[in-house]
Amino acid sequence: MPVVWIPSLMRSLTDGKEQVPIEGETLRAVIEALESDFPGFKARVIDEDRIRPGLAVSINGEVTNEGLRQKVGPNDEVHFVAAISGG
Amino acid sequence: MATKTEDYLGKTDYKVVGTRPIRHDGTDKVTGRAIYGADVRMSGLLYGKVLRSPHAHARIKSIDVSKAEQHPGVKSIITVADLPLQEDRIAELGEGAANLTHLRANVLADDKVLYHGHAVAAVAATSLNAAEEALHLIDVDYEELEPVLDVRKAMESDAPLLIENQTTSSMGEDTGTKSNVSTHFQHKLGDAEAAFAAADIVVEREFDTATVHQGYIETHNATGHWSTDGTVTVWCSTQGSFTVREQVAQLLDLSVSRVKVVPTEIGGGFGGKIRVYLEPLAAVLSKKTGRPVQLVMTREEVLQATGPTAGSYIRCKMGAKKDGKLVAAEAYLAYESGGFPGAWAAPGSMCIFAPYDIENVTIDGYEVLVNKPQTMAYRAPGATNAAFASETVIDEICEKLGTDPLEFRLANSSKEGTRRADGPVFPRIGHEECLKAALNHPHYKSKLEGPNRGRGVASGFWFNVGLKSSAAASVNTDGTVSLVEGSTDIGGTRTSIAMQLAEVLGIPAEDVKPSVVDTDSVGYTDVTGGSRTTFATGWAAYEAAQDIQRQTIGRAAKLWEISEEDVTCEEGVYRSKSDPSKSMSFKELAGKLDDTGGPLVGRAAVDPAGVGGAFATMIVDVEIDEETGKIQILRATLCQDVGKAIHPSYVEGQMQGGVAQGIGWAINEEYFYNADGRLANGSLLDYRMPTALDLPLLETEIVEVPNPGHPYGVRGVGEVPIIPPPAAVANAVYQAIGTRMEVLPMSPARILEALWAKGNGKS
Amino acid sequence: MARKTHVTTTINGEETQFLCEPRNTLLEVLRDDLDLTGSKEGCGNGNCGACSVILNGRVVDSCLVLAVETEGADVQTIEGVATPEGLHPLQQKFLEHAALQCGICTPGFIVAAKALLDREPNPSEERIRLWLAGNLCRCTGYDKIIRAVMDAAETMETA
Repeated sequence: MPVVWIPSLMRSLTDGKEQVPIEGETLRAVIEALESDFPGFKARVIDEDRIRPGLAVSINGEVTNEGLRQKVGPNDEVHFVAAISGG
Repeated sequence: MATKTEDYLGKTDYKVVGTRPIRHDGTDKVTGRAIYGADVRMSGLLYGKVLRSPHAHARIKSIDVSKAEQHPGVKSIITVADLPLQEDRIAELGEGAANLTHLRANVLADDKVLYHGHAVAAVAATSLNAAEEALHLIDVDYEELEPVLDVRKAMESDAPLLIENQTTSSMGEDTGTKSNVSTHFQHKLGDAEAAFAAADIVVEREFDTATVHQGYIETHNATGHWSTDGTVTVWCSTQGSFTVREQVAQLLDLSVSRVKVVPTEIGGGFGGKIRVYLEPLAAVLSKKTGRPVQLVMTREEVLQATGPTAGSYIRCKMGAKKDGKLVAAEAYLAYESGGFPGAWAAPGSMCIFAPYDIENVTIDGYEVLVNKPQTMAYRAPGATNAAFASETVIDEICEKLGTDPLEFRLANSSKEGTRRADGPVFPRIGHEECLKAALNHPHYKSKLEGPNRGRGVASGFWFNVGLKSSAAASVNTDGTVSLVEGSTDIGGTRTSIAMQLAEVLGIPAEDVKPSVVDTDSVGYTDVTGGSRTTFATGWAAYEAAQDIQRQTIGRAAKLWEISEEDVTCEEGVYRSKSDPSKSMSFKELAGKLDDTGGPLVGRAAVDPAGVGGAFATMIVDVEIDEETGKIQILRATLCQDVGKAIHPSYVEGQMQGGVAQGIGWAINEEYFYNADGRLANGSLLDYRMPTALDLPLLETEIVEVPNPGHPYGVRGVGEVPIIPPPAAVANAVYQAIGTRMEVLPMSPARILEALWAKGNGKS
Repeated sequence: MARKTHVTTTINGEETQFLCEPRNTLLEVLRDDLDLTGSKEGCGNGNCGACSVILNGRVVDSCLVLAVETEGADVQTIEGVATPEGLHPLQQKFLEHAALQCGICTPGFIVAAKALLDREPNPSEERIRLWLAGNLCRCTGYDKIIRAVMDAAETMETA
């Protein structure tokens, strides 16, 4: 089961849980599952069916460019991180 | 096109990659022929100028342009009312997201001016003199408001609010509290509090860093033409023609296909030439006048009103065990965004402890509005401020432990598998290799003697990015290849990109003719920034070459009337497997294209994963002049993991340039604001960047830990070299005079104060 | 608009006439009236050297020279440094040493360095740094520029 690392400022939604193993084969499914377990989660990371601007999702350390369609494997680690651009 | 992390070729015997050919655009640039933005000339050109706010914070009650409009030569005057209204929404603009109302209000002030130099109106006239004269005839009625310039003061609950409906967002949650703090975020790993309690040595310090500017020598410029057919063409020097297209289209309510951006040569960017300032003004003024309009900023305008990098306040605490293991770290980073929300504390927070494997970390970051220009990226944005804090604290821990500062860093270094404070785990990285290179460098092994001299070291980390790039390449009948790409060339990237194509095809770099073209002539390409160009556009060129090679194999098969499976190609020589007598060079094959199906074009568009993070470690020797407080840099060496140096000369150039900028940031550069918020040093005389006399030869040690995510192992080199210098210089100053410097820049005045405080300076 | 003055000067060896307002700088005339855009404006007040030209044998910031002052003068700009036969050794060495990145300061550096080598064929590193301290480069950290000038001096000496 993929494991989602919960950003520290969102752990009030997850009863303080730092990591949540959760079913889902795509990022969308993972977030929907989190929403049903922890209502309010989805709105914090998604805006108009896209990952919030300024936010990025890293799967096993690799920032996805496929958005909510990103496939998530059973051993994957999912992180919500700041989107980095650079100068 | 699919691109995967297992694409790394793992080769070492390259023919082109790793060599030092002369850059393709070199002759034009040493003879003065290269056309930069301000060199654009066209018939009927009008000249534009921008009226700027004399106040740091004021409400605009009215703007009267009637007198100015009557001035001879004036053709049009615009204010924010001439820009379409924007929804209060965040749009992806090709390089990071931006709130469109903020972008619009930064281009031309809406109801308020938020910094000294904020654009208020723009004039187009038949001569520059007439445009300048007209500015004096525009009557703006301001209601002055109290400015707030200090990041800590701006965070106080009773601080004057810049954007009155601004509330703090906390990881997607709107706190509802009106504040100059636009964003708060946090990273938490393990239990820092408990780990500090168990640590043997804990060091905590507070740091302030000044606003500094990228300082590119070419000022911003734009030439716009709004054709009667409804299309808009913008010529400008920019790091990203496609993001300019996106921003102009959004701001003017046009679909992107109606905007064409022609990137000229660009005289430096370093992160500062991404956001639009003049481009929409040139377009709208052209629409109003029916003629092309050119605007070029003065240096004062650049310093007042483009995007310098964030000044900051940082509190940093780190704890170690007696055995030399770092066990806990905590940081509080408050970064100035300027007049509109920024996003530089975020990467600063992600980088501050990244070079080290620390299990218990808490980091809080804040983006804070102040009455200064809206900040922009500057080479590894956010990370230099952060490393100044953490690398100084580490130096003090080393001192308390009596450990060599490089050995300590090596013992605590992040490596493949280390978890970063923001969560993800590092892939193969090269910090340890940088530290070992520094330990073994003749500089570090040399003795430094004499009074008021000191040696310091520091490391830095930057992510680098991938993002999107496109390339197309056509084979010419003489065996050369014309390559078109969309990455504006700020430091020799035409060549580093062309070399990656040449390597695949087995031809010399000189046989590739690279061109940077406009937004109608190549596929979407993100900015030249994020250290991505040689990585990602290079990758596109590599893929375009593969596309060519698939086709040339087919052409060879056709010529020899054999099957494609029977053809091999190695280093540009095509052979028949079954008939060794059949062999042909790429050049020979290129001459026979007409007989085998005509023109041959390869193309690629990539959005690669596999970005490799970059580390660098610096060694610096300084000498302090007791009488003047001046820091003289005696010797400086940077050891940097570049993955693979495609063109080592330009890699060294990036390293040296970053170090020079970092040294300027460390010892001199600073925005001075008066109490009323006016910039007092808006010239290159008073905003003092390093000259040739201020620096020694800059030694570079290229470390190559190939990035497994890129075909040639490229990591990206442009940004990380700016990170270590301020901390390394501060650590060297400590060795020289025994004072920990907590404020950037370490200007002569601050050094003298430090010396006097110790009673060993000459007053 | 102020009345324009007629000026006759020699630019890159060629007699040149132009009209200018009293307030116009030599840099403005070179760039806007004579289309010699190789001289660049980086600051407009003599602090960056991107507009360096050689005026009567001395290197000057052309943004600080009024165009009317150049009556009868001899002006050399970056456009006059290479010959039809090829690049000047300084230009060649800038290329070989990768002494330019964005290239905007390069014309000014080459003109200033040429003025030095014209009078002092064998300057020390320190002398070159002092001479070029009025030219700002933000990309290179000066290392490769200094090396290129030293190498060019050596090449010209042995030639």
